Amino acid sequence: MVSYILRRLLATIPVMGVVAVFVFFLLRLAPGDPAAIIAGDDATVTQIAAIRAKLGLDRPVLEQFGLWVLGMLQGDFGTSIFSNLPVSRLIAQRVEPTLALALSTLLVAVALAIPLGVLAAAKARRLTDRLVMLFAVMGFAMPVFLIGYVLIYVFADRLGWLPVQGYKPLSEGIGPWARHLVLPSLALGITYMALIARITRASMLEVLSQDYIRTANSKGLATGRVLLLHALKNAAVPIVTVIGIGIALLISGVVITETVFNIPGLGRLTVDAVLKRDYPIVQGLIIVFAGVKVLVNLMIDISYAFLDPRIRY
Amino acid sequence: MSQVTAITAADEIEAPGPGWASRLARAIRRNPTIVAGGVLLVLLIGLAVAAPWISGDPFKQTPVNRLRPPSEKFWFGTDRYGRDVFARTLHGARISLTVGFAVAAISSVLGLLLGLLCGYFRRIDAVLMRVMDGLMAIPSILLAIALITLTRPGLAIVIVAIVIPEVPRIVRVVRSVVLAIKTQPYIESAISGGTRTTKLLARHVLPNAMAPLIVQATYVCASAMLTEAGLSFLGAGVPLEIPSWGNIIAQSRDFFQIAPWAIFIPGAFLAVTVLAVNMLGDGLRDRLDPRLARRL
Amino acid sequence: MTQPANSQVNILEVQDLRTEFRTIDGVVRAVDGVSFSLKAGETLGLVGESGCGKSVTALSILRLIDPRAGRIAGGSIRFEGRELVGLDEAAMRGIRGHHISMIFQEPMTSLNPVLTIGTQIAENAARHLGLGKKAARGRALEMLDLVRIADARRRLDEYPHQLSGGMRQRVMIAIALACNPKVLIADEPTTALDVTIQAQILELLAEIRQRLGTAIILITHDLGVVAETCDRVIVMYAGRMVEAAPVAELFRVPRHPYTRGLMRAIPRLDLDAEGEGRRPRLTEIGGLVPSLIRDIPGCAFAPRCALAGDRCRSERPPMLDVGEGHRAACFEWAHGFEGARRDAGQAEGVR
Repeated sequence: MVSYILRRLLATIPVMGVVAVFVFFLLRLAPGDPAAIIAGDDATVTQIAAIRAKLGLDRPVLEQFGLWVLGMLQGDFGTSIFSNLPVSRLIAQRVEPTLALALSTLLVAVALAIPLGVLAAAKARRLTDRLVMLFAVMGFAMPVFLIGYVLIYVFADRLGWLPVQGYKPLSEGIGPWARHLVLPSLALGITYMALIARITRASMLEVLSQDYIRTANSKGLATGRVLLLHALKNAAVPIVTVIGIGIALLISGVVITETVFNIPGLGRLTVDAVLKRDYPIVQGLIIVFAGVKVLVNLMIDISYAFLDPRIRY
Repeated sequence: MSQVTAITAADEIEAPGPGWASRLARAIRRNPTIVAGGVLLVLLIGLAVAAPWISGDPFKQTPVNRLRPPSEKFWFGTDRYGRDVFARTLHGARISLTVGFAVAAISSVLGLLLGLLCGYFRRIDAVLMRVMDGLMAIPSILLAIALITLTRPGLAIVIVAIVIPEVPRIVRVVRSVVLAIKTQPYIESAISGGTRTTKLLARHVLPNAMAPLIVQATYVCASAMLTEAGLSFLGAGVPLEIPSWGNIIAQSRDFFQIAPWAIFIPGAFLAVTVLAVNMLGDGLRDRLDPRLARRL
Repeated sequence: MTQPANSQVNILEVQDLRTEFRTIDGVVRAVDGVSFSLKAGETLGLVGESGCGKSVTALSILRLIDPRAGRIAGGSIRFEGRELVGLDEAAMRGIRGHHISMIFQEPMTSLNPVLTIGTQIAENAARHLGLGKKAARGRALEMLDLVRIADARRRLDEYPHQLSGGMRQRVMIAIALACNPKVLIADEPTTALDVTIQAQILELLAEIRQRLGTAIILITHDLGVVAETCDRVIVMYAGRMVEAAPVAELFRVPRHPYTRGLMRAIPRLDLDAEGEGRRPRLTEIGGLVPSLIRDIPGCAFAPRCALAGDRCRSERPPMLDVGEGHRAACFEWAHGFEGARRDAGQAEGVR
């Protein structure tokens, strides 16, 4: 087990290597002169040259790449072109809201979607199932910003139950913090829920047709025990896999959700950086997000061993 | 034989209504999702194509008519500059559908080629799949954002930016089909019997890869439309002057509480379009690839 | 080897059971008018080829027919005088696994792969006997000993994939017996196992019947198994009962042409009449069994029966008394009796 985790950990190195090479060489291979584009149309030749120097475009490529990777390993993600602040500090400042939003969404989505999927499978082809599937198909087609604005319109603008936008840090009390997270978590979570509910239903349906479920029923066990212990535990591997795949959805969604709800997190940092064409920040954020995704997938791979006793490493 | 044809022809002439109606009914009963998705999509394509003729000028600003709610004159209301949201929404369909289909087509072709290479040559596979793993590790919207940060805005660059993260998904599907086929006894014997690779590809691999490829392409199409709208919404998509659904919504963001229609209507169009494409994909998947259908 | 039932009380009475499945092509009458009774401590064999409705009969008794696929269309199932057809689901769950248990054909897939053996046995006892966690685990240990699994304490915490096929079937039996049921339905319990393991499992079932007095319904397509373990036998064909008799009687004088066919390794019912082309091997009967979607007005076996007359094709033969506790659904049972005797002689040889 330990050696498996170690091996999987090592396997993430080439993946992150490709990510680093990609974002690094994107800057070098981009059509036109990125420095000129970043500087903007009104920039003077000296301004463009200054940006080129800042991006390291004036130095040998390999040397620059080596320095950049070495820096990242020590926690140095470069410096913002416009604010001249270290990218790592800019990211650290914005982590809390994003983390809060992502975790609450994950929690809400998983906690709601799995019971929905189980229910749909248990009532397969009945009305409940059709409704859940309708929600899943619709939810998967809805753009995050549309869901966000509909929620704001109904629950904040019309009903006035919840704040329209913004974020309150946890340090200002758990009440306001939670109130500001409800709508964004729902907006971000619906697509995710749709995805998880759907795979839960499919996986449960497959398991429910297995011989051992017939055995469980022939023992006269309560429906709840058959569904939640005998069936769900067997259906868990694909569900957990999709929860992991959905992390990508969540990260992309965070960027948009934070813009809709005006939350000062990493997503907003990304958008501001794009608008100012502050490539070092974009670069750093991609590395961070990709790292999160790779780590989550690693944890999911490891979790299989706990879900299915037949899997041994 | 000719008698039989004559009778059928006569039947069709005598009762054309029930003939095609019952055939349609059967098609709907067999594949309600494909039919519903297809009809919706054809409708939307029709609206997009006919936009210049059935709607007004999407660019004309009439400041007197700013932020008007939907009315008989402006079916979908107006935006902050007094532009007709109906005209803009219909023209937006052109952008969304163009991006969706272009991304699906380009990534299918690229993904098919790379997937075949990976499935066939182990050396290429080892390298290329690492690259694909790396690309898949980058959330697609961020990958697109990175590319767009470094280039001048334009529809083409948006399409390229969305294609890059979608390609690995197709490569994986095609590769897994190729690998599965290669282990089939009849292919093994064909290879050892000296059948030419090109013939093998055309006869066995391509036909088997087509069904999952088409299904995957529909999902790529839907996802591309959502990503384009997301990018435009963030201000990192197609140039601001192009009335894409994402741009219409982005430009109405600050007036959300006064003029929600300028956000809800293009948003709803986007949702319905994505829904139609997804339904088509789900239906095709159930029909073409029952094995895949069981997995999701 | 076989012993007479030690009691005359019927604990299970099935009357005119009919079970149907809905398919795209129409309604399939999987079980069509099956009646029998089971006495306490008795072993009843249910014989027929696959698809003849014997497993569906068993699932119907436990009311395990998926309501989305099929239903019990008629008849009565009485357990200790209590009607099970129409009994509400909650009460039914109290009977399943408690008073009537079932073991299935596939020990490889019938155990839950992600739960320990101990959990799977103990949950039965906990549910129906109201045992606490510890007592239920003790009961599980006891059951593993009963089914002769060595090193039971260690096995309790193992998962099914760590056990061999024979051991898994023993675990299935342990689960089924955990609450001391009155009736045990064993659906092809040995089919998926090696020959040597088969014998061990059959021996175990016989021993359990002797020790616990459990009545057993043994479903099988193997006449050898029936001869060795059962007191009485019911032969089914195309969802219907064709013959019922004490086991010795059946092997001595099989009355129904289908039963006689079954007893020959290669039946030649119509060889003389029809020649080469239509020489069915009964073990490969597959395509020859009539579709159960169509209503069969006469005897279901008539199309393949050399003795069949016009009446056989138009009128459904009832179960007729043909001997001591021996009934057969055949108008022509007295015909071809000499042939039956010859067949019986061969069958003795098989035994």
